Amino acid sequence: MSPRRRAQIARGAQYGVLILAVVVLAAVADWNRISDAFFDTKVAGKLFPDLITVALKNTVLYTLCAFAFGLVFGLLLALMRLSPVVVYRALATAYVEFFRGVPALLVLIAFGYGIPIALNTEVPGGVLGTITVALGLVAAAYMAETMRAGIQAVPKGQTEAARSLGMSQSWAMISIIIPQAFRIILPPLTNELILLTKDSSLVYLLGLTPGDRELAKFGRDALNDYVSMTPILVVGLSYLIITVPLGILVRRLESRQARARG
Amino acid sequence: MTSAAPIRIEGLRKSFGDVEVLKGIDFEVAAGEVVCVIGPSGSGKSTLLRCVNRLEEPTAGRVFVAGTEVTDVDVDIDAVRRRIGMVFQQFNLFGHLTVLDNVAIAQRRVLGRNADEARRVALANLERVGLGERGDAYPVELSGGQQQRVAIARALAMDPELMLFDEPTSSLDPELVGDVLGVMRELAGEGMTMMVVTHEIGFAREVADRVAFMDDGTILEQGAPETVLERPEHERTQTFLRRLLDPAKG
Repeated sequence: MSPRRRAQIARGAQYGVLILAVVVLAAVADWNRISDAFFDTKVAGKLFPDLITVALKNTVLYTLCAFAFGLVFGLLLALMRLSPVVVYRALATAYVEFFRGVPALLVLIAFGYGIPIALNTEVPGGVLGTITVALGLVAAAYMAETMRAGIQAVPKGQTEAARSLGMSQSWAMISIIIPQAFRIILPPLTNELILLTKDSSLVYLLGLTPGDRELAKFGRDALNDYVSMTPILVVGLSYLIITVPLGILVRRLESRQARARG
Repeated sequence: MTSAAPIRIEGLRKSFGDVEVLKGIDFEVAAGEVVCVIGPSGSGKSTLLRCVNRLEEPTAGRVFVAGTEVTDVDVDIDAVRRRIGMVFQQFNLFGHLTVLDNVAIAQRRVLGRNADEARRVALANLERVGLGERGDAYPVELSGGQQQRVAIARALAMDPELMLFDEPTSSLDPELVGDVLGVMRELAGEGMTMMVVTHEIGFAREVADRVAFMDDGTILEQGAPETVLERPEHERTQTFLRRLLDPAKG
């Protein structure tokens, strides 16, 4: 038997097993019950419009605010890690190791409950402020490493050309190096945005008013209210509406860069 | 006494770790002079050139550019560098900017020219290197020879008092070398002071006022091109030129 023929038979066997599994599951499952629990259109209808105007809106808002905070602070950390000043480098390294190493959940609890108790003051901006700072600080640690790598990936000749034209180190960084570094790190930064979208669900820990709820908490409350799995399914799909296009964007960016490198 | 020489180098030494690359160089370039520095790879030519605008930090010795001591710890190095044009072997165009913005950005950030003036000067210099039509292109869309000519225009747009060329044609396909050398020849004809590290012996013979041969961190001999290139004194120079002109014989 030729290797090609053998590969064909193996492939056919794999497909056969897959089809068998699907058929068996479909035969065994109680479809009425499943459709009542998961695909109850009446329950799904009641989720609107709050699903969009409150839950989806808040998920996007929390994510973008934390991302923006992380981006700015992460860039500062990246520049500190590349600094010739030992103290800056050490501080930034310690920061990155710490915030990359502890769960985001713990950081959120610290800012939501720990700081109010310890300092007798709340993080300004309420729920939005707390989630922005807590998740932003964690995201900054990851993004700092990405941005440091991106800045280092810009060829040294770019800095030399800028400096030889009389640009200061800061101007060369701002107008020549950082814009090119961002093109390099756009795919990993988009990945970070996807991770943050999901991590924004941790906000449920803070004890939310109905207007503060985002997708996950909204879905969980609806699960209790309607005793149905349908809200969870709807909310899950809502996350995918955000994250799948971002994933496609990452792949586009990566293939565009692969082409640009030729 | 007339004004100070564009480049004066005194007792310049440079070490990378334990390796001494420049072993005490004394060198001068006069106003309007075109000096070609030749020599085997690793002889320190590029390092010497890069010490002039302090892209390399000299280990010892002093470098003056038009009377300003570049090696002075308190010197405003950015202010000195804007008077010195530099062209690199790898072009080093800014990849995220159009050709026009490549030539305009330092005019705006460093010289404080407004957008209109920077654009006008950029276009004039692009025309000077024969690329007035390619302002909207990005560097990747250009051939190596075109990129290098943009790099020359970028340096010229700053109205430099002198130009440094670090092997400007060494990364070019042979058929593209001529255009770049043509621009440099014109520039020399206009009286620009130029220090050129190069392997283009033909260019050195035709355009240079003086040729300096470097070997192992020292300037072994220098003089008129016809002297250094046709009747070199030192055996090292003779061997180098023989290998360069006829690589097969070695």
